[in-house]
Amino acid sequence: MGYEILGLPLIYYLAMLGKVIVVFLFVLLTVAYATYAERKIIGHMQVRLGPMETAWHGLLQPIADGLKLFFKEEIIPSQASKLVFLLSPFIALVPAFIAFAVIPFGDTIEIAGYKIPLQIAAYYDTAAGKVIDVNVGVLYILAMAGMGVYGIVLAGWSSNNKYSLLGGLRSAAQVISYELAASFALVAVFMLSESLSLQKIVADQAGVFGWYVWKQPLAFILFCICSVAETNRTPFDLPEAENELVAGFGTEYSSMKYAMFFMAEYANMVTVSAVAATFFLGGWQGPTPWPILNFVAKVYFFMFCFIWIRATYPRYRYDQLMRLGWKVFLPLALLNIVVTGIVVTLFK
Amino acid sequence: MIMPLLQGLKITFSHMFKKTITLQYPHERPNIPPGFRGLHALNVSHDKAKCVACYLCPTVCPAKCITVEAGEDANHDKYAAKYEIDMLRCIFCGYCVEACPVDAIRMTDTFELANMKRADFVFTKETLLEKK
Repeated sequence: MGYEILGLPLIYYLAMLGKVIVVFLFVLLTVAYATYAERKIIGHMQVRLGPMETAWHGLLQPIADGLKLFFKEEIIPSQASKLVFLLSPFIALVPAFIAFAVIPFGDTIEIAGYKIPLQIAAYYDTAAGKVIDVNVGVLYILAMAGMGVYGIVLAGWSSNNKYSLLGGLRSAAQVISYELAASFALVAVFMLSESLSLQKIVADQAGVFGWYVWKQPLAFILFCICSVAETNRTPFDLPEAENELVAGFGTEYSSMKYAMFFMAEYANMVTVSAVAATFFLGGWQGPTPWPILNFVAKVYFFMFCFIWIRATYPRYRYDQLMRLGWKVFLPLALLNIVVTGIVVTLFK
Repeated sequence: MIMPLLQGLKITFSHMFKKTITLQYPHERPNIPPGFRGLHALNVSHDKAKCVACYLCPTVCPAKCITVEAGEDANHDKYAAKYEIDMLRCIFCGYCVEACPVDAIRMTDTFELANMKRADFVFTKETLLEKK
């Protein structure tokens, strides 16, 4: 492994490729089995069984669903704006996946004498003796979260259908409103960490009592609620309110393109769970001594909460949603920043 | 405002561990209660159908799904030469059973009556005769 590219040993690039593949497979599998887990958990919460027929306890159900969607007929409305119509599922799906590039999912490991940090967009700088990662990781994540909504808006517009357009518009309004509050909730966290780098934020949260959830409980709650709204999940799933908007932005979509919107929703759930785990529950720094297990367990815990909330609450009305976002969460997040600022200055 | 929300979460969580009420239908059979009104059967006595072709059941049938034609046997007794029930019209009200003066018809537990052809839904006397 003596080769070097741009002053870095070749193994760094190979490790990066390996991490991309591992993380991608992890997210894909989680997305597939999140649909299964959702049906099972909601089923049991409603004293039903959920899928049982495909393999043992329906374990192959996601694969059967995927195959079914893949072989379904592809329908493009004749009046649709074709290019945008075909492109928007990708615009929805890709940002959900690439946000994972900056999330650290484990400690630095050693392979063949080289130190490899378990974060895709990061490498170990031997001279400085520390891990170098994207120093604006938080901004990157927020940017990617904002990108995803383009897919939905464009899908709604290009379908040339009233319901799709209204669904897309609602989604845009909702995501923008709640992203503000979610971002402000995160601002309070990096006021404490004094860095936008996720490596630093995780490193600051050593030990269970070092987690930012104890120092920023309000920000944690705000971020959790806002992320439910941002991923368009119940009780904030207005863009696909079927009793008003048929299927919202997805009305005209069929086959694999519909599946991609579906995957985007679940991939967003995984990403948001990972972000919440990283910012508030210490990322891989956790109760057990196995970093990757810590991280995965926290992500799955948040995923479970998403499903749990869906099984419990009915959908909000549109005006209630907007009032909640702008009149409750945003002021609370701002107040949290002010209070954090005062406390940080006083106890410096 | 917060407490009812938490209460809701508690309820859904506790329900997750309850015993499910799902019946895995084709694998598990339902427990059919007494008095269930399923497919009809013609009662048999002394190796003959008890029916005397009195026409009370087609008369009382609100769906008009029973067709009876009387015949005369070797002992000059009246019997049902033809007894057909159109299951596509039958509403399983059980009036035919109530009306029968000789207890010749009853209703069984059979509820799986799907068929491939329309003609197969007209049950003839042979198929309706109770199986021994």
